[in-house]
Amino acid sequence: MARILELVLNGRRRVDAVADNLLLLDYLREVVGLTGTKTGCDGGECGACTVLVDDQPRLSCLTLAAGVNGQRIDTVESLAQDGRLSAVQRGFHEKLGSQCGYCTPGFIMASAGLLRRNPCPSEQEIRAALGSNICRCTGYVKIIEAVRYAAELHAGGVAP
Amino acid sequence: MNEIAAAHSIGAHVPLIDGPDKVSGRAKYTADFVAPGLLAGRIFRSPYSHAEILEVDVSAALRLPGVKAIVTGADCDKTFGVLPIARSEHPLAREKVRYRGEPVAAVAAIDDATAKHALDLIKLKVRELPAYYSSKQAMAAGASAIHAHRPNNVERDVLFELGSVAQGFREADLVREGTYDCAEVCQNQMEMHAAVAEYDAIRERMTVYASTQVPYYVHLMLAQILDMDMSRIRVIKPHVGGGFGCRTEALNVELIAALLARKAGGSVRLVINREETFITHRGRPQTDIRLKLGMRKDGRITAVECECYQRGGAHSGYGIVTILYSGSMLYAIYDLHNVKYIGKRVLTNTPPCGAFRGHGTVDIRFAFESLLDEMASELALDPLAVRRANYLTAPTFTDNDLMVNSYGLPQCVDWVEQASGWRARKGKLPKGKGLGFACSHYISGASKPVNWTGEPHATVKIKLDFDGSIVVLSGAADIGQGSSTILVQTVGEVLGLPLSRIRIVTGDSEVVPKDNGSYSSRVTFMVGNAAIDAAQNLKRVLVAAAARKLEANPEEIECLGELYRAGAQDRGLTFNEVVVEALKDSGTITVTGNYSTIPQSHGGKKYRGAAIGGTMGYSYSAQVVEVSVDEETGVVIVDKVWVAHDCGKALNRLSVEGQVQGSVWMGMGQAMSEETAYHEGLLVTGNMLDYRVPTIEDSPPIEVGIIESNDPHGPFGAKEAGEGSLAAFLPALTNAVANAIGVRFNTLPVTPDRVFAALEKRRRAGNGNAGKASNADPR
Repeated sequence: MARILELVLNGRRRVDAVADNLLLLDYLREVVGLTGTKTGCDGGECGACTVLVDDQPRLSCLTLAAGVNGQRIDTVESLAQDGRLSAVQRGFHEKLGSQCGYCTPGFIMASAGLLRRNPCPSEQEIRAALGSNICRCTGYVKIIEAVRYAAELHAGGVAP
Repeated sequence: MNEIAAAHSIGAHVPLIDGPDKVSGRAKYTADFVAPGLLAGRIFRSPYSHAEILEVDVSAALRLPGVKAIVTGADCDKTFGVLPIARSEHPLAREKVRYRGEPVAAVAAIDDATAKHALDLIKLKVRELPAYYSSKQAMAAGASAIHAHRPNNVERDVLFELGSVAQGFREADLVREGTYDCAEVCQNQMEMHAAVAEYDAIRERMTVYASTQVPYYVHLMLAQILDMDMSRIRVIKPHVGGGFGCRTEALNVELIAALLARKAGGSVRLVINREETFITHRGRPQTDIRLKLGMRKDGRITAVECECYQRGGAHSGYGIVTILYSGSMLYAIYDLHNVKYIGKRVLTNTPPCGAFRGHGTVDIRFAFESLLDEMASELALDPLAVRRANYLTAPTFTDNDLMVNSYGLPQCVDWVEQASGWRARKGKLPKGKGLGFACSHYISGASKPVNWTGEPHATVKIKLDFDGSIVVLSGAADIGQGSSTILVQTVGEVLGLPLSRIRIVTGDSEVVPKDNGSYSSRVTFMVGNAAIDAAQNLKRVLVAAAARKLEANPEEIECLGELYRAGAQDRGLTFNEVVVEALKDSGTITVTGNYSTIPQSHGGKKYRGAAIGGTMGYSYSAQVVEVSVDEETGVVIVDKVWVAHDCGKALNRLSVEGQVQGSVWMGMGQAMSEETAYHEGLLVTGNMLDYRVPTIEDSPPIEVGIIESNDPHGPFGAKEAGEGSLAAFLPALTNAVANAIGVRFNTLPVTPDRVFAALEKRRRAGNGNAGKASNADPR
């Protein structure tokens, strides 16, 4: 059965009719065409599909699209503003927090969520906030550096 | 203007040139090609480990509305495989299925739900055959053959003895033997396998987008499987979400997508899920090793005898090469004589193994460095002193004819000794804490590619046109390791131009020159050298044009990248002015650069397959691992890793650090938690929770020391940086655990269960008695 889904996606209001069993992940990728959000596993294992729902990190592969009716959804495509990368994006790019890049949107959204609620996280808090995201390339060392650097940039006025 | 200098980036920290695309979500991976009208593909897989196929009945599935095509083994009688001597695999099983999960049929339908429904309507009738899940079972007398041409289920037997091990053991003061069991592991790269195949039925042309490391090999296998002329096929490699070796051969995924697209007369997207990606496998085989070493009191190794069994899975894949690497790469790290190697690659009814990062070298290195540590301890020698007693002196050739021109291992060992505070801290840490040490090495590309054609090993083209932008055309597959960035840096360095002036096009067979692909750490070395050659050829053209315009001799022209001049007083020409002059001759300029390995690097002929292991340059690594072991729970925490890697010359320090950290960490996964487990051939770890990779919360700081031995043949002196540091982690970890609690683990992974069981066993045997370090496997 179809339901009406009304949400604010990356700052824009949007209305769609969606099947009630459609996952938010598939809605974003297949219906809207925002393929920045990635599918990395068979459900809830890897964090690659992390998006922000009202600023809170959420696994879009375990979330029904119809379940976020009336909420604000931000994906990785929303972060760069006025042609400038956000603090977290710059951190992952400049510090090599991203190699193959496939887990990167999920890590970036989880990190952006962290900085929105805790602008100056400790290393322990960074590790805890990213504990359900898997990266297979970096060994996480440069991901931690990326988030620390992003926090510095954010402190200097760059949006997370 | 006289102050203008050529631009340099070699040796700097350079972020990846495609980084902005990856952090903004713009980077497109194969599954991201969402287009209206694409059919959804699904694969029907065998629920049997080993069975004769009696019937594949797809009639009911075909009647389902929305199903556009179904293919089975009947649609393709051709075989594929990466090694020309071992192509025994069908994209869809024919006559027999040989492992649980082997593709039997595939469906293309208007949407995924319909394709999935259609799978439920396919009926497979079989006669089951005895199945073998271990090397031992498969090799047992009377076992039936998994492949008719391998009656004893041994894909390859390797045997060599160089020198005399009998003599070597007689010269030893201490002879010890260990047995080691390394679990099968899987790359588990973040992007699940995907292919999009577009068949143009009117022109009879096929375009395939594939998540591959080797577009050229995919191209060859598509032509073979589809029985199509290669000129009608186009292969595109979009962004790829990691590979680590599982994508270094054509996989059934892209071949099946193409078969479906042709039969449906349309376009098919086939994205397999995580469980299927595990089943497609091509990981590192479960390996049993028996290793015997002879050592003198001063630590000098006098003899090596090594027996190695690899459970290869149901098809050949790279298997012959893997078992050969395990033998040949005993060499080229230490000065060894009197070496005997017995290797068997075994066919079993499990998913096929492949070329996992550190191909063939990792499990052998684990055994070797573990036994060295044990023997050092018995002889009361420092483990570092044992390595120092066995260094090579470069340049040299090993007994199996491997060419070693640069050798930074001593500097690696010195660096980690200093950085970790080894001398002051080893043996003086609190209870439950320990330090472990080990070394490893790897090739910078196989000197002879598996598909030998006689062409140069690597080719790069550069195009320069009216707009003054340098366009590098390369077939090298950037899979996240940053090869495109290195090639742009390389060309920029030769021409003295800023990276902003240089673009690179890769990954489309219609445009770029052929490349063998991203495997065996070949790209920086081989393609990097070809890029230098191409850039030098372009520079010659530009210098000639500048000389003509300035009415000078080419030898007088000074190239400063954005400025060409004939002497310090000369106003000179801007780069754009030089381009205008150069184009007058030929219009658009294209130049070619090539690289070929030298014959001395091709390995030897002393035994069958001795070419495997030959390379232009070996990387070296040394590691110290610090652990804390909780004796109540068996949990091992890695507190810190110090790693030094000899990459010849760091072309991009940021990349080298990232590659080395990633390798060490991947070794950590294999050492501590990763294992693909099967129950009667059924994969029971086909997800990222049961196949446990370390999370950010489990992962230690990894401090990297870059050692630059300046290889005489490497591009700017560089060697590989992306694989060689993986193997040393495994023994450094178990050596550290042995140091911490006095128990040595010869079975991987070292899980809390195993540590706990070993400690329990020791507690029961009597308090305080550490006993001889022993294999503590509870299985």
